[in-house]
Amino acid sequence: MGTEKKRYSKRTILRLGQYMWQYKWLLALAMVCTLGSNLFSLIGPKLTGLSIGAIEGGRGAVDFQKVFYYAGWMALFYVVSALMSYGLQVLMLTISRKVVYRMRQDVFEKLMTLPVGYFDVHQTGDIISRISYDIDTVNASLSNDLVQLLTTVITVVGALLMMVSISPKLVLVFAFTVPLSILITKNITGKTRPLFRKRSAKLGELNGFVEEMISGQKTLKAYNREEYTQGKFDRKNEEAVEAYYRAEYYGSVVGPCVNFINNLSLSLISVFGALLYLAGSMRIGDISSFVLYSRKFSGPINEAANIFSELQSALAAAERVFRLIEEPPEPADAENAIVLDQVRGEVELSHVQFGYLPGKTIIHDLSFRAEPGKLIAIVGPTGAGKTTLINLLMRFYDPDSGCITVDGRRNDGMTRSSLRKAYAMVLQDTWLFYGSIYENLAYGKEDATREDVEAAAKAAHIHSFIKRLPEGYDTILTDEGTNISKGQKQLLTIARAMLLDAKMLILDEATSNVDTRTERRIQKAMLKLMEGKTCFVIAHRLSTIENADLILVVNGGEVVEQGTHKELMELQGVYRKLYNAQFE
Amino acid sequence: MKQIIMKYLKPYFPRMGVGFLVKFTGTIMDLCIPYILAHIIDTVILSRDRRLIFGWGALMIVCSLLAVSFNIIANRMASRVSADATEQIRHDLFSRIMHLSNAQTDFYTKPSLISRMTSDTYNLHQMLGRIQRLGVRAPILLIGGICVTFTLDHAMACVLLAVLPLLGFITVYVSRRSIPMFSGLQEANDRFVRMVREDIAGIRVIKALSKTDYETGKFQTVNREVVERERKNGMVMAIINPSMNILLNLGLVGVILVGAYRVNGGTSEVGKILAFTTYFTIILNAMMSISKMFTVLSKAIASGNRIWYVLEAEDDMGILAKYGEAQEDPESQDGSEAQDPESQDGLETQDDPAEQEICFDHVTFSYLKKGEANIKDLSFRIKKGETLGIIGEIGSGKSTIINLMMRMYDVDEGRILIAGKDVRSYEPSVLKKKFGVVFQNDTIFEDTIAENVTLGREIGSGQLQEALLYARASEFVADREEKESEALNIKGANLSGGQKQRVLIARALAARPEILILDDSSSALDYRTDAEMRKGIREHFQDTTLVIIAQRVSSIRNADHILVLEDGVPIGYGTHEELMENCEVYSEISRSQMGA
Repeated sequence: MGTEKKRYSKRTILRLGQYMWQYKWLLALAMVCTLGSNLFSLIGPKLTGLSIGAIEGGRGAVDFQKVFYYAGWMALFYVVSALMSYGLQVLMLTISRKVVYRMRQDVFEKLMTLPVGYFDVHQTGDIISRISYDIDTVNASLSNDLVQLLTTVITVVGALLMMVSISPKLVLVFAFTVPLSILITKNITGKTRPLFRKRSAKLGELNGFVEEMISGQKTLKAYNREEYTQGKFDRKNEEAVEAYYRAEYYGSVVGPCVNFINNLSLSLISVFGALLYLAGSMRIGDISSFVLYSRKFSGPINEAANIFSELQSALAAAERVFRLIEEPPEPADAENAIVLDQVRGEVELSHVQFGYLPGKTIIHDLSFRAEPGKLIAIVGPTGAGKTTLINLLMRFYDPDSGCITVDGRRNDGMTRSSLRKAYAMVLQDTWLFYGSIYENLAYGKEDATREDVEAAAKAAHIHSFIKRLPEGYDTILTDEGTNISKGQKQLLTIARAMLLDAKMLILDEATSNVDTRTERRIQKAMLKLMEGKTCFVIAHRLSTIENADLILVVNGGEVVEQGTHKELMELQGVYRKLYNAQFE
Repeated sequence: MKQIIMKYLKPYFPRMGVGFLVKFTGTIMDLCIPYILAHIIDTVILSRDRRLIFGWGALMIVCSLLAVSFNIIANRMASRVSADATEQIRHDLFSRIMHLSNAQTDFYTKPSLISRMTSDTYNLHQMLGRIQRLGVRAPILLIGGICVTFTLDHAMACVLLAVLPLLGFITVYVSRRSIPMFSGLQEANDRFVRMVREDIAGIRVIKALSKTDYETGKFQTVNREVVERERKNGMVMAIINPSMNILLNLGLVGVILVGAYRVNGGTSEVGKILAFTTYFTIILNAMMSISKMFTVLSKAIASGNRIWYVLEAEDDMGILAKYGEAQEDPESQDGSEAQDPESQDGLETQDDPAEQEICFDHVTFSYLKKGEANIKDLSFRIKKGETLGIIGEIGSGKSTIINLMMRMYDVDEGRILIAGKDVRSYEPSVLKKKFGVVFQNDTIFEDTIAENVTLGREIGSGQLQEALLYARASEFVADREEKESEALNIKGANLSGGQKQRVLIARALAARPEILILDDSSSALDYRTDAEMRKGIREHFQDTTLVIIAQRVSSIRNADHILVLEDGVPIGYGTHEELMENCEVYSEISRSQMGA
């Protein structure tokens, strides 16, 4: 487990590196800026020294010309250095934004290719947490810490060189303290890494919970469950806050510890320096400049140690992001997948067996044939696998065995997108997005004109309702908006489907929340919608499917009866019982 | 933001004070070390006393040890305070959100509430920790540094001091500009959250229509907006650091020039200028640290304001005493019988109002408060144990009646009495306890079946079994491996549509409610299950008043009263038989459905 995690950390760093590497030239430029602004600011003190030297003459003997000369240069260098550091920050911002943009885009693209079942077991809030908060954490670290680390390296190397040139013996003190600080840092980060991981995970959990509860707020209020939910929330909140606390606390131990080591080396330097002085191998001036450089040396190390904990949290966050990006997507289309066009609409299932989880078969042995343009009705008690059948037809999932063919060709040999385009689908769970009604209706057909959209809306008997809205077709549908009922949503999705020119149609309880009067009024439009298409209809109102060309009675994942309404009624079996039940 | 600090940090002020002292001591210890060092080099060495050298060296180590311990302790305290304060803020915010009225939730929108709850509280947490950890050392160094420079040379210190207002100006200017920018960023973030949420919910449709590329493009726009705002914010914030650098360093140049004149005039010495430069570096570093905190601070202030905005939202559904006892008969003042609109509707008016379980009295309501009302002048009465069926076209206001009855929204005109009392006069929890409800788009949570039914209410296993039984859910629950402890996926994804509805109905039945509301909640059930379920409920929950909204006449034909709605207006009220005779719309629906 431990080694596995370690390997994952390495991979995470590598992947982050890949993201950065795309902007290597900008990064190189940033490095130049860092170097420049650091060097210029290093020259500053030197010039200060020179101008002070010009003052040294004392009363009446100050060389003003020199003072002004150096002061002028100082001002110039500082301005240039500041400009360069601003340039550097802008550069780093640009790079980190590009990286963040890319990462978010990658996560989103991944979300679009994940199998639909992924979202049934992963909380939306947790996914949002990854795509926003986790990526933000990575980004904060990228834009600040990298520059800081670079600066550290430059000054540390410079200061070390200067110290060696003054007294190689005294540098030996660092041979003791530097490994010590590395050891301590390593030790602490070893402990904090899992804490930061936990922090990200717990926050994701909390966010997942919050998203779910706010989504179900109406229900919770109706059952007076505010306090109870609050209790659950408090537990999650406490866990998240506690995880944050532990990570932050242990992370913030690093700084003072490294600072301590620095102070320790300073103490050692002064003692040993004094001893060296007594032994006559060092001058006082040397000791004081050595001390100055050693402070320059340890300052950035101290900073770097602080940055370390930020890097830790960034890594933990990046790991969560990459884990999502690495989720197995829907299997890719076969290499020689054909693009399904000129669809006739003949669908055949032969001996299809399928289960979402291995060992839990839902559809055992399903075979039927749908001729082009025919109406296939699927009926059966709830939970009999009707929705699963749609998942298979649309290739949201592939069967475990057996095969599905469209126009005589196996559907796993086609591109998913062309296969899905061949279907129009109206589902029980309507989905509308934040946007105008017009946009929602034209969603499946980008080139639809305003007239097309209105015609479809009229056919679906939703036009007059839309017209009565304050903004008509430009009314924005807000999330879970109160301005629209579920039945109206269903009519809108029917209108949307009417705009598609697919050869096959799936209606899954498409009108379950539409009252029968309206349903009858849209009957004509529905018939037109179904005209010339192979239709798969799932409905409970058996009256709507009486004239189906083929009725499949599904029970326990198998077709138990099939035939026309008349045939099935004569059979005196399951179908007849179901049919009669509606008049009881 | 100010309010948040006052409200949530105030209790921690003593602890923060102690933490501040500890941090202060630690910082002073830290600062002692270079001082001792200077002492060793300047005087101790010259004494050539080894014991003294070791002694002072040991003192340095002691100081270092104290510094490290104090700093760690102070950091720990700071983390504790910020964690506790954040926990409290989140607790209150969540509680506030859960108690927001539906109208308020509509106003804020859920994605925005979610991001306030998550990323805004996170920003705040981050800030609280950082400010406490970094906010002590830097000001000490800054103030201490300035004080020392004053003891060195007044004139030169004044030059330095003259720069400070400029620095202050820049900082204030930048944060003034950046706080609204951060608010804008958070709003863009809301849009971002909304889109991800929406697309996850609609993933099947998106894939079915092969719109993944389109959605990716749309996301690109949202993403780009967020990133662009972040970048712009960053650019503004990035001004602080270099401009401070320039100003302070130019100040240093000024110091040297002034110093040159003073030395030339004999009023100062070179050594002082030299010392000045050392302290100057300290001041500069302190300023840098402070400027860093400003980024976090501006972000946190923007987030704090967003949080406070929700926290201070007033309860727009107070319990109104004046609606308290509505015992007197609503018609008593009306006088003439003929003008009583309810008698026209065929309502009985003679009963004791206490027996009236549900009474709508000339209710008018509109969601948007503009345009056409969603419910217009609706009156009806239902007695305890009766069944009300509501039927009508989509958008005719059926679900609105439920929303009003449960006081999810307040009526615009008229009033609603439950058990003789105006709904506005109930303690919300008392009112809600009367109901068991299944909404049209009800939620299944990611939890066990049992937990989904009980929702943590005190419901014994016997009651649970009973609820499952009468909701016709026992059978499929028994088929599950873990029975009622079986875990359900998000939104009940591992249940079929009909199974979901039955779990929801069991939830509504579990507490044996006084009023049971089923809003189109058997649409995914086949007819037989639906019929059996209604029969069972009617037999075993005789005291329960039933309100059923349905599309199928068969679901409501046996109801004691049936309300037929059209565009928010009642166009028929009575029993099935009565309506068959005198309500054209109803008889038309009925005939079409019963295949007669």
